[in-house]
Amino acid sequence: MNWLINLGANTLSRLSAIGNASLMLWGGLFAVPRLKNIPLIIQQVYVVGVQSLLIIIVSGLFIGMVMALQGYTILVNYGAEGSLGPMVALSLLRELGPVVTALLFAGRAGSALTAEIGLMKATEQLSSLEMMAVDPLRRIIAPRFWAGVISMPLLALIFSAVGILGGHLVGVDWLGVDSGSYWSIMQSTVDWDKDVINGVIKSIVFALVVVWIALYKGYDAIPTSEGISKATTETVVFSSLAILGIDFVLTALMFGIN
Amino acid sequence: MSEILVDINKMHFQRGGRVIYDSISMQVKKGGITAVMGPSGIGKTTLLKLIGGQLYPDSGEVLFQGENIHQMSRKRLYDVRRKMSMLFQSGALFTNISVFDNVAFPLREHTKLSEDVIETIVLLKLEAVGLRGAAHLMPNELSGGMARRAALARAIALDPDMILYDEPFAGQDPISMGVLLKLIKELNSALGLTSIVVTHDVKEVLTIADYAYILADKRIIGAGTPEEIRNSSSELVQQFLQGNADGPVPFHFPASSIQDAFMGAEL
Repeated sequence: MNWLINLGANTLSRLSAIGNASLMLWGGLFAVPRLKNIPLIIQQVYVVGVQSLLIIIVSGLFIGMVMALQGYTILVNYGAEGSLGPMVALSLLRELGPVVTALLFAGRAGSALTAEIGLMKATEQLSSLEMMAVDPLRRIIAPRFWAGVISMPLLALIFSAVGILGGHLVGVDWLGVDSGSYWSIMQSTVDWDKDVINGVIKSIVFALVVVWIALYKGYDAIPTSEGISKATTETVVFSSLAILGIDFVLTALMFGIN
Repeated sequence: MSEILVDINKMHFQRGGRVIYDSISMQVKKGGITAVMGPSGIGKTTLLKLIGGQLYPDSGEVLFQGENIHQMSRKRLYDVRRKMSMLFQSGALFTNISVFDNVAFPLREHTKLSEDVIETIVLLKLEAVGLRGAAHLMPNELSGGMARRAALARAIALDPDMILYDEPFAGQDPISMGVLLKLIKELNSALGLTSIVVTHDVKEVLTIADYAYILADKRIIGAGTPEEIRNSSSELVQQFLQGNADGPVPFHFPASSIQDAFMGAEL
């Protein structure tokens, strides 16, 4: 009978974790209207967004370059190397931009958020905020949440833009694809709503999920060094899996059904 | 002096299936220093969190100025918390901002004072704890004792009615311990505060306390003025005061007998 008791206890603790995380999300979402919080959000956009720029730009550049290289070697067999532009642009805008940005964001900013919040909890900073009659959800969680949601789509767009330039560098400048066809076929193929906006929507959904997981894991961490290290790892693992799973669902919804 | 500020009535609290408090009652008089002493791990910090409304008792009540802390709306609780401050064991200073900004933090959050006025108040509070010269330092540049004094300056920034001290002397050298004792005593009388000091440093705290409670084994085992505590006939109280290794509080954590353990019986 022990396994039944364990199953029940596990289910209950999972459910209560989901409940707690939802309450935290609720607190985060409804802490928006305060004007006082806006400087805090801007400061956090700098920390999670601007400071992630380097890794995003470098990764975007290399991914664009690799795609152009791979795409060219295949397309050239069919004399279709002129379609290199739309191939690079569509893959980046629809998939790689949002997904890889979200994965990098989870590793770079998500883990940092979890560790920061977890340490604030371990050093009683969150408790002391509460005792000072300052709601940690409003003061600490909400600005980070919104900063993540604002930053991620922008980072994904920058990632895609840099990737397209990287593709141009390899495809046009090195491999000799015609520059005019690279840009003009891309322009005529890429659709604003279907490709760009859908990519941004994906990115916003990923941002909600990654930042939510990161903040909850930090807030819920066992306040010891071991607990924080576990929470940080879980943030990266859970976020990555969530991103890939949700990406499939979103892609099916956006592009799968005509 | 005789007015009761905090009134704990038959409070019962358990965590993770383990009973921490079994129907305890205590009163904290306004304007005095009340010491709550007890061995480590007895849940003294938990008591402060129960008084501050961060934890909820399973039964019984905690009244602050006659109002039940745990039945207040969130807004009311936050209003009441502005009247109380807590000094955490670690100090709990915000590590990303300077000492000055730490002390200014509650003022900036809760008042609409101009920066000039805030600066004056912060420097006065820091002067009171002797750290005006350290205003520009970051928390990681402070020693443990200084961090606690800076946190104390932050705790008195909004002129609260009551301060809860969580193990203020733990891990302090004799000099900083003396400084903290002096500060607690002086701030209490100068600002007309009520202080609750939770600690296991018995001898030190009894020199400044007006009234003391000793917690052990889920309940209050002794209460009275420092004089009454020292003269208590209870074996448990005397073991605690003398620091004896064994006595009513056993040296061994509860376990099966060692013979059974080594004969292969289940642990």
